[in-house]
Amino acid sequence: MNANGETIIEVEHLVRRFGDRAVLDGISFNVHRGETLVIMGGSGCGKSTLLRHMIGSMKPTSGSVKLFGEEVTGMTEREIERVRLRFGMLFQSGALLASLTVGENVALPLVQHTDKSPDEIEQIVKQKLEMVGLTGFEDLKPDEISGGMKKRVGLARALALDPELLFSDEPTSGLDPIMTAVVDELTLNLTKGSHMTAVVVSHDMTSAFRIATRMIMLGHGSIVAQGTPDEIRNSSNPEVQQFIHGKADGPIPLNLSQEEHKDHQHVRPRPFFGARFRFHHKHP
Amino acid sequence: MVFIGVRAAPMVALTAFSVGVTLAMQAAHSLQSLGAEMYIPDLVMITLLREMGPVLIAVIVIGRSGSAVAAELGTMKVSEEIEALEVMAINPVQYLVVPRFLAMLVMLPALTIFGNYIGILGGWAVCRFALDFNTAGYVMRALESADTWDLYSGMIKSVVFAWIVITIACNAGLNVEGGAEGVGQSTTASVVQALLAMLVTNAVLTGIFFFSA
Repeated sequence: MNANGETIIEVEHLVRRFGDRAVLDGISFNVHRGETLVIMGGSGCGKSTLLRHMIGSMKPTSGSVKLFGEEVTGMTEREIERVRLRFGMLFQSGALLASLTVGENVALPLVQHTDKSPDEIEQIVKQKLEMVGLTGFEDLKPDEISGGMKKRVGLARALALDPELLFSDEPTSGLDPIMTAVVDELTLNLTKGSHMTAVVVSHDMTSAFRIATRMIMLGHGSIVAQGTPDEIRNSSNPEVQQFIHGKADGPIPLNLSQEEHKDHQHVRPRPFFGARFRFHHKHP
Repeated sequence: MVFIGVRAAPMVALTAFSVGVTLAMQAAHSLQSLGAEMYIPDLVMITLLREMGPVLIAVIVIGRSGSAVAAELGTMKVSEEIEALEVMAINPVQYLVVPRFLAMLVMLPALTIFGNYIGILGGWAVCRFALDFNTAGYVMRALESADTWDLYSGMIKSVVFAWIVITIACNAGLNVEGGAEGVGQSTTASVVQALLAMLVTNAVLTGIFFFSA
């Protein structure tokens, strides 16, 4: 859509190793202003790791990540805070602070980073919650609302400072089809209207094709395919076809080896389970 | 602040009272055989101010608030809340650790003073009702025996303990890895480490305050 616009994200030759295994193995791509980039790929292919490098919470083994033209990989915490004020991030679980109400959660970035009066903040909080369809939920605690609602509150919070760039980690998983459409509409409107740029990690192919202006498919730590939604849809790559059509049979290996599994887990798998079943489950 | 301090007060009171009573009874047992009952208030007072007050109240606070802080921060860590704060450019140390640190630094000494009073009350109860002391005699004797250094040394200990407890608790909480199981392990570790560190420090401080020179 806006391929000639200003480059917002520049990832170059990004490599991240855990032990011997390269979870990210030389990844390069750019994202321009106003684009919505969808990153997809099977569980454990490095999507979340890639996202964490882009937001500066993980340091790469080598390679560079530039946000708004500034190299973030070598930045100190203090420097990176300045960059972080310009983007919002929606976590997979919503990552709301359990001790604060929904309203306070959305207000948090405003309270911490702006000089706005409490009345102004209340107005903005109302407006953001309305955007995600949660009017009147201000005074509930996060554990009193459903997982899908938490995620939408997380989105409202990510948008509180009107960021130029939004990262979303599976924004629509756990949402019903209607709410998925609402969140997708929201992303579309924001990227069109305010020239926000979005990077979305998603498994949800319907939603991905609805919002993406460009897509990247990751596999084995590198980019398997990238292009516009149409190019991806018509890709001749069998891995891509298998993934977007959700087929069990195909070139993508189903199991990670136990070694790989271990690298992805913070907890070591229990020997009994680890030896018998080779499955990968997401972090909570 | 309210959690660490105010809500711990009943528990501190009960503990301190029991300790005061126990001290007085033990003192009575030993001192009576020497005919020196009049020194019971001295013993209760000095033991409480110097040792039992700061240590026991720190034990309670470790079990109650130190573990709670470790578990709370640990849960926040595993549920991505800490990372979310960082990404919102909010420093988790400033936002989460500093208020808890200050609360502990204020409330542990405050609880210790409160506990000292209650403990002395416990000693008084034994003396008054079981040993035929009169109230004025007990109070006079107790006040006479202790000087301000006894109180201050206890307070210094209590501030040092507060610092140890909250540092260990926050550190354990923020370094949790691996889900609910990790939170449990870190919380237990924080309690054990804090207790050990506190007791060893107490021995060292007592050595410095009362055993040297």
